[in-house]
Amino acid sequence: MFQHDRLNNEITLLQKIKNLDYVLLISVILLSVISVFVMYSTDGGEILFHTKNHFVKLAVFFPLMIFVAFFNIKFWHNFSYIIYLIVILLLVYVSFFGIKSSGSQRWMDVYFFVLQPSELMKIAIIMCLAKYYHRLKIENVNSLTSITIVLAVILIPTIFVVSQPDLGTSILIALSGLIILWLGGVKIKYFIYSFITFLISLPFIISFLKPYQKLRILTFLDPDRDPLGAGYQIIQSKIAIGSGGLDGKGFLKGTQSYLDFLPEKHTDFIFTLFSEEFGFIGSVGLLILYSIIIFRILRIGSISRSNFARLFCFGYAFAIFIYIVVNLSMVLGLLPIVGSPLPIMSYGGSSMLATMIGFGIVLSAKINHKQIIA
Amino acid sequence: MIKSNSGIRKTDVINRRMFIIGAAKVVVFAAIVARLFSLQINENKKYLTLSDKNRIREWKLPPTRGNIVDYFGNVIAGNLKVYQLHIIPEQVENFNYLLVRLKNLLNLSDKKITRINKLKAELKPWDSIIVSENLSWSQFVKINNYLYDLVGVKPVMTISRNYPFNDVYTHVLGYVSQPNEQEILDNQIIQERFVPGMKIGKLGLEKRLENHLIGTNAIQRYEVNAYGKRINQLEHQKGQQGSKIRLTVDTEIQKACGKLLNGKAGSISVMDIFTGDIIAMYSSPSYNPNLFLFGISQDEWQLIRNNPLKPLINKTISGLYSPGSTIKPIVALSALENNVIDTKFKVKCTGKMELYGQTFHCWKEKGHGWVSMKNAMKQSCDTYFYEVARLLGVDRLNITAQKFGLGKKVLGEYFDTEKKGLFPNTKWKKNNLGKGWVLGETLITGIGQGYIQSTPLQLCMMTAQIANGGYSIKPKIIVDSNPISYEDAKQSMESGFLFDSESEELLDKRLFKDKKNIKIVQEAMFSSTNERFGTSYKSRIDDPKYQFAGKTGTAQVKRISKRERELDLELEQIPYKDRDHALYVAYGPYVNPRYALSIIVEHGGSGSKAAAPIAKKLFKLIIDRHELRNKQSNFERITI
Repeated sequence: MFQHDRLNNEITLLQKIKNLDYVLLISVILLSVISVFVMYSTDGGEILFHTKNHFVKLAVFFPLMIFVAFFNIKFWHNFSYIIYLIVILLLVYVSFFGIKSSGSQRWMDVYFFVLQPSELMKIAIIMCLAKYYHRLKIENVNSLTSITIVLAVILIPTIFVVSQPDLGTSILIALSGLIILWLGGVKIKYFIYSFITFLISLPFIISFLKPYQKLRILTFLDPDRDPLGAGYQIIQSKIAIGSGGLDGKGFLKGTQSYLDFLPEKHTDFIFTLFSEEFGFIGSVGLLILYSIIIFRILRIGSISRSNFARLFCFGYAFAIFIYIVVNLSMVLGLLPIVGSPLPIMSYGGSSMLATMIGFGIVLSAKINHKQIIA
Repeated sequence: MIKSNSGIRKTDVINRRMFIIGAAKVVVFAAIVARLFSLQINENKKYLTLSDKNRIREWKLPPTRGNIVDYFGNVIAGNLKVYQLHIIPEQVENFNYLLVRLKNLLNLSDKKITRINKLKAELKPWDSIIVSENLSWSQFVKINNYLYDLVGVKPVMTISRNYPFNDVYTHVLGYVSQPNEQEILDNQIIQERFVPGMKIGKLGLEKRLENHLIGTNAIQRYEVNAYGKRINQLEHQKGQQGSKIRLTVDTEIQKACGKLLNGKAGSISVMDIFTGDIIAMYSSPSYNPNLFLFGISQDEWQLIRNNPLKPLINKTISGLYSPGSTIKPIVALSALENNVIDTKFKVKCTGKMELYGQTFHCWKEKGHGWVSMKNAMKQSCDTYFYEVARLLGVDRLNITAQKFGLGKKVLGEYFDTEKKGLFPNTKWKKNNLGKGWVLGETLITGIGQGYIQSTPLQLCMMTAQIANGGYSIKPKIIVDSNPISYEDAKQSMESGFLFDSESEELLDKRLFKDKKNIKIVQEAMFSSTNERFGTSYKSRIDDPKYQFAGKTGTAQVKRISKRERELDLELEQIPYKDRDHALYVAYGPYVNPRYALSIIVEHGGSGSKAAAPIAKKLFKLIIDRHELRNKQSNFERITI
């Protein structure tokens, strides 16, 4: 057993490269290429600011992903808590000294780009809880202490992010944390009880929402109540997607985006532009690509010998899934508008950084899937 | 062992829970695909339409009005290229500098500058401001020369209404100008096609035929962005020019009428006695309708408005005059028809007639002696017609006069300014003035004075219907889709009936009981012009080709006092406003007559001196143009 361990520890670089998951890697590359082209389209068919920056970020973060992958999964396991704490510290820093923009304070300047720590927290919380449940004895999963600790781990960053304010990201952080709770084996009835409690207290929660957030919910329920104001985004988004039809209007021919009818087309509404230009076929194709990625991550999780890797992969696959679902539901008018980017596709450095680190750890899990962590 | 056991158990839990989530994921993705399907496949059409509505905006351009042509196809209301100057504010670097430059180049007034600034504040920066609607060629060239320095200025060529004959047709055509709010609201078609800068008919046929003339908008489709700015021109849908309308009028004759009445207030109407075609219809003085196209200046407007000869009134149809002696053919005809007189009936004229202590004067102080109908007409003896009217009575006279079109609108539907005039009878007076009819009033009605009022066009039609043998005609100024030739019209008239295409029945066109009576009146009118002592003998034309028959009239505008009668002043000695109106009605050629006319010269003095000589000059032209007109009768047929 010891030998086996050692063998894995001393895996060569060549073997590491050989052991990379190429289905996942190719899918991510494909997605990146698509995202550059879509970004090129949002710039009106020219290589402008967004296209350039998006490409540069991909060029930096993709190697970073490989770099992350080449660290043993054990290394990530060991540093999980520390990473979580560092990100918490960053959140604290941001809440005091962060850069303010359009009414919220989420960013910090790190010389070469503007970092949004809450995006990193999406990964950090999965790592932290995966390690916690990896170490927790199955008997203690439902103990009051462990549940309290876990809830605190989730609530602390969530509260920081809500107060930025950034409802979208905080929901995604909370959901990423809760999924590990679920996977870790917390009793189903707890989930059911808390869900019922949540439903009952929903009106109460809504009363705490900021006016613009309430407006978003009202707008979601009836976008036509203010078609040029609050409902404008969702109406224009639906028009863009709906007018795409079966095979879309063609690359660079999306009139809705080209003529500036689409708001936030680089970030949260990137799928709208994609869907307008590539239609139903393209949209389903993109979903299939995402599904492949999720499936590959789940597969890597299921072959991992350590529960840390397994929990991380499953948790991260779910997180990716949630990001996609929340984003698509939003642009399709199935959910109220909450700011949430589409992984890789959306313009935004922190989101891409976090996503790539996530993929990197998943790849590390693949390379070291036989690694047992004590 | 325990550790490894629990490790295995934990893995199982994780895997089991993962499967539950995995199943949920499939369901959620399926739901998203379903939503995509419903938006992109099921509702694709709806959203495509919405997307096009978003991005495509239409700009209507002013429609091009249809041309109006005369009988010979000469354009009398057409369209002309004009040069305009537009500013597109968003392209201008320094607006104030530009305005200063333009002010110097085009001599713009300060008021105009203020207006441009106001427009700039109201319009979107990419909407063009029309600085000048009608640049002269030299201004246009000047602007083009300095264009390098006038960033944001756009010289534009566009189309505007134009009246090539200036004032010749003003009262027939009217003019076009910018519509006011009420005019837009009142007319559905204008409302639909209105664009700023568009002109609509304000008067005359331009107004009456607006819906035919207006044309359809050319439409330019542009792709616009979310802020409404034009990005691309997509397509240009050509508008259709309004219908071409052909009138019955003859520009040469119309122009001649204008010349003959130059400097005078009055009217000339010329009519085809069989078809009812109006050959000319001129009201003097006229004014230039082109002045109204780009907004008439205050000075020019005041000049027209304050002209004592009243150019704004279309005297032909809106001017009301006592017909004076021109009514006498109708009085004679009525008396003949009612067997009150015959050709042998004679009255002794002593220069005046006493009735119930009131004296009614003949124009000839010494009297005409014993006169028959023919002589009375020839010399326009008032005493004879006092007596005939007395015997006839006003009610019977009224019936004949009404038949011949007096007291009724002639063109009715075409000009809303047309007046119907008045031919009184006993009932009318009772109803309108509340008093009984007095016999003395019958007497003065018999010489076309008193309550009686007629328009020049009515007198023309009256004459035409005597000239054509006493058949009813329907005057018209627009050539209809199926114009009847004069031969056909004449033939069917002589049979007494005419098939009316509107009511689809044979209409009795006869206005007489005995055809012979019309002939008697025609002969009397002939003698008045062509026999010695006839009132218009001096204006006769002996050549049978041009020979015409007519009746003069002199309408008093105020009662002549005894003193004035004794003074017998020359025309020049009487103040303009008090001078008599001179009238003349005539038709010709005497053998096989074709045309009738009526002439009125306001305050011109006697009909024989002021009006009849005009007829002499005009008839030559009218007859000379007859053959040309006849050849033209099968000219293209235009439907309106």
